[in-house]
Amino acid sequence: MTAQLPAQTAQRNGPVTLAPAPALLRAALDATSEAVVLCTAAHRVLLVNAAAKLLVPRLEPGMDATAGPVPELARAITDGDESFTADYEGRRLRGTRRALDDEHYGWYLHDTMPLERERARTTFLAEAGRRLASSLHQRLCLRTTAELAVSYLADAAVVVMPTVRRHSDWMRLVSGGALEEGTLREHVLGDVPGLVEALGGFPPIPSRWLDASQAPDWLLPEGFGPIGALLVTPLPGNAEPAGALILARRGEHAAFSDEDEMLARIFAARAGAAISAAMLYREQVDTTAVLQADLLPPELPEPDGIELVGSYQAARDALRIGGDFYDVYGPTERSSETVIALGDVCGKGPEAAVLTGKVRQTLRALRLVEAPPDEMLRVLNQALLESGRQHRFVTLVVGSMMRTDHGRVRLTLASGGHPPPLVLRADGTVEEVPASGTLIGVVPQVVIHPATVELAPGELCLLYSDGLTEARGGTTGTEQYGEERLHDALASCHGMPAAAAVERVRQLVSDWVHGGVRDDIAMMAVRAPSRTPLSLRGGGARNTSPFAIDARRGDRRPRAWA
Amino acid sequence: MTVFTTTPPRSLDDPGFGEHYLRLVGDGDEYGAVDVVTELLDDGVPPQRIMTEVIARTQARVGELWAANEWTIAREHAATAISERALAAVAARCSVRPTRGRITIACVDGEWHALPVRILAEMLRLDGWRVDFLGASVPGPHLVTHLHQTGPDAVALSCMIPARLPRAHAAVTACRSAGVPVIAGGRGFGPDGRWAQTLGADAWAADAVQAVARLDRDWPPRMEDPWVSSFLGDDEYTYVVRHRGDLIGTALKRLTEAYPAVHRYDQRQHDATAEDMGHIVDFLAAALYVADDRLFIDFVKWTAAVLQARHVPGEALAVGLRLIREQLRDYPTATDYLDAGLAHLK
Repeated sequence: MTAQLPAQTAQRNGPVTLAPAPALLRAALDATSEAVVLCTAAHRVLLVNAAAKLLVPRLEPGMDATAGPVPELARAITDGDESFTADYEGRRLRGTRRALDDEHYGWYLHDTMPLERERARTTFLAEAGRRLASSLHQRLCLRTTAELAVSYLADAAVVVMPTVRRHSDWMRLVSGGALEEGTLREHVLGDVPGLVEALGGFPPIPSRWLDASQAPDWLLPEGFGPIGALLVTPLPGNAEPAGALILARRGEHAAFSDEDEMLARIFAARAGAAISAAMLYREQVDTTAVLQADLLPPELPEPDGIELVGSYQAARDALRIGGDFYDVYGPTERSSETVIALGDVCGKGPEAAVLTGKVRQTLRALRLVEAPPDEMLRVLNQALLESGRQHRFVTLVVGSMMRTDHGRVRLTLASGGHPPPLVLRADGTVEEVPASGTLIGVVPQVVIHPATVELAPGELCLLYSDGLTEARGGTTGTEQYGEERLHDALASCHGMPAAAAVERVRQLVSDWVHGGVRDDIAMMAVRAPSRTPLSLRGGGARNTSPFAIDARRGDRRPRAWA
Repeated sequence: MTVFTTTPPRSLDDPGFGEHYLRLVGDGDEYGAVDVVTELLDDGVPPQRIMTEVIARTQARVGELWAANEWTIAREHAATAISERALAAVAARCSVRPTRGRITIACVDGEWHALPVRILAEMLRLDGWRVDFLGASVPGPHLVTHLHQTGPDAVALSCMIPARLPRAHAAVTACRSAGVPVIAGGRGFGPDGRWAQTLGADAWAADAVQAVARLDRDWPPRMEDPWVSSFLGDDEYTYVVRHRGDLIGTALKRLTEAYPAVHRYDQRQHDATAEDMGHIVDFLAAALYVADDRLFIDFVKWTAAVLQARHVPGEALAVGLRLIREQLRDYPTATDYLDAGLAHLK
């Protein structure tokens, strides 16, 4: 190394080139964090700076470099390689050779282990964050916690949940094994060193204070072998622990370093947050489910000799409950008639759903006193008006139905401001039921004109909510489906069982809106079962349009096969 | 009811069995069909065989008969309803205690072919799975809510029509983001399931038997970050989807100009024509989405075959393709796909 002296020295002594004292050079080399090993061209070690000494303590000046303590380095020197990597006494050494002058070369060494470890930790925590944040389901969160822990932190992981009624659920995963789960009785939890403390929300006990040999046999599966090191970490939750994470490593010399313990704690904090969020979500869901139970569409009975099918399609953004509803009230002791109702409460969301519940309950009670459909609507109107919520109203159709002779079904329908039901006749025509009336819950005196329809075998009556006809779609995306299209759609269901007909109308409307419906759609179909399925026979209607077009659905024309 | 002059064949292996059962289903004879399958059960035929070799196979025939214009849509739908009743009858007689994990089964939003997945649901139930069957056309948000509430080990997602692939992709990504691996099924994912992989599904099965076998081994699979494959399509896809209404509207307008007969179409015919144009645009968009012209070519070939069975000249479809093509001159890939489709019409 050469250096220019400061200017004034140069002026006094004239320009000279000075070599610094060897001791100064030595000190400079020792002061750098770069590990440097100087060798002569004859492969004799000339100098090992302090950083290099730290990485490879047994490397000495004067040594034959081709027989040094790191075999990979010695081999690189022998082979004339420019670089090497070696796992040496807990370090990952990486060295590059640089020629210095004709007589000397140097090896510059690094330990890449800390960097790699840091990178792996970062990757692990990033993956943990992503996967733990993804689910709101508690069991999935527990499983993810165990899987992540085994992927990076330990050979086995057990997640233990807080004690509920003297029992704790647990989930366990051993590296390379399958997930196991079960329940522990509270009194055995004390067998695991540190577990009761962790579940009690106390600060974690360092691994070195936990005697791994004290762990009970049941903690890990038989084949796991002796536990070398044990770490029990609390899973922090919402002001109380969400559980505890037990980590175990195999082998006599296994240990959890301080760094490992810190990482486990950071991981446990994330896992605990995810698990407790999932717990909260489950509580909400359980509560909602209880409240929803009475609001969801009912399972329909199968009245003898009548096909009855309902369909409820909640709007995209709803909690599967909303303002549309249908219900069926079976025969009573004195009346063999089955009563059906389908309606639409104004408004959306939970408020509409609550009113829906009231309406359904009122109808159920009215059914028990065997009021005819128009009377049911009048009483319902009064009940709603007296309940005080003036600005809420409902439109609905109530019908009572019974089998008559020759497989026919007689329906008496009363409408309170609702779209009139449609009837699909045996000849494929579609007609509106002439039932009319004012909407319910607005004025004290309602006018209701009920109507009676007779369904011959194979004929069908469809009750629907206006979400169906008002569904917006088509080419522009804003055109309403409309009654005319609904008539056509129903006509295309000629000959189908009620279930298939309802499904088909749903499908056609869904195709029309080209994506999720934006309003609730309720449908209910009553059909007199067909005795002669022959209407289905015969080929499809032939197409004459030059543009395809009608071709794929001969069924588009109501009476094409009649 | 069908009247037989001879004793109807009863064994599954009898040569006339398939035709006999198809006739029952096609006549809407629910009781006859249910009797046949329950008798097979009584004879000791495994329920899985009845589901795949009788019900599923017959349903495939029903689809073919409709495509060949032998059966009307009404008859097809009625037959499907009978198949569902027969399946329910078989399922009702075979209860299995769940010994495996839990699985959610759903059709993609806009997908209405529910019977194949209903069969899968019953097959998995028989295999010891706890099954939640959500049915036809399940909107993505409903599916994801269900996953968060039940935490299943898998979602089986069915898509029979490739035009629904973009929506299927949204569902696949959402399920996997919720930490639940997805097994895809149905013809919509391509003849060999090629697009299931494009969409990031964890597995694919051609039919119910394969799906049961696939879920039987090394499940759940290791899941990569779902957002790695979360965006497909390019600016051409975006353009076609965003201008869907304009493309169809303009095509209809020009059709009317070129063929005065269209003027006399009533609303029904007009709607049907618009819907056909819609199909062309939707399949084109789906092909652009997965960047595969085979999707579009298959659609053209299939539609041409269906039209031919109805004695509609292939020119009708070609006119539609050209009307859309005229409007996409600035979009080279879309134009290429449309040209490839047109080439297959000659």
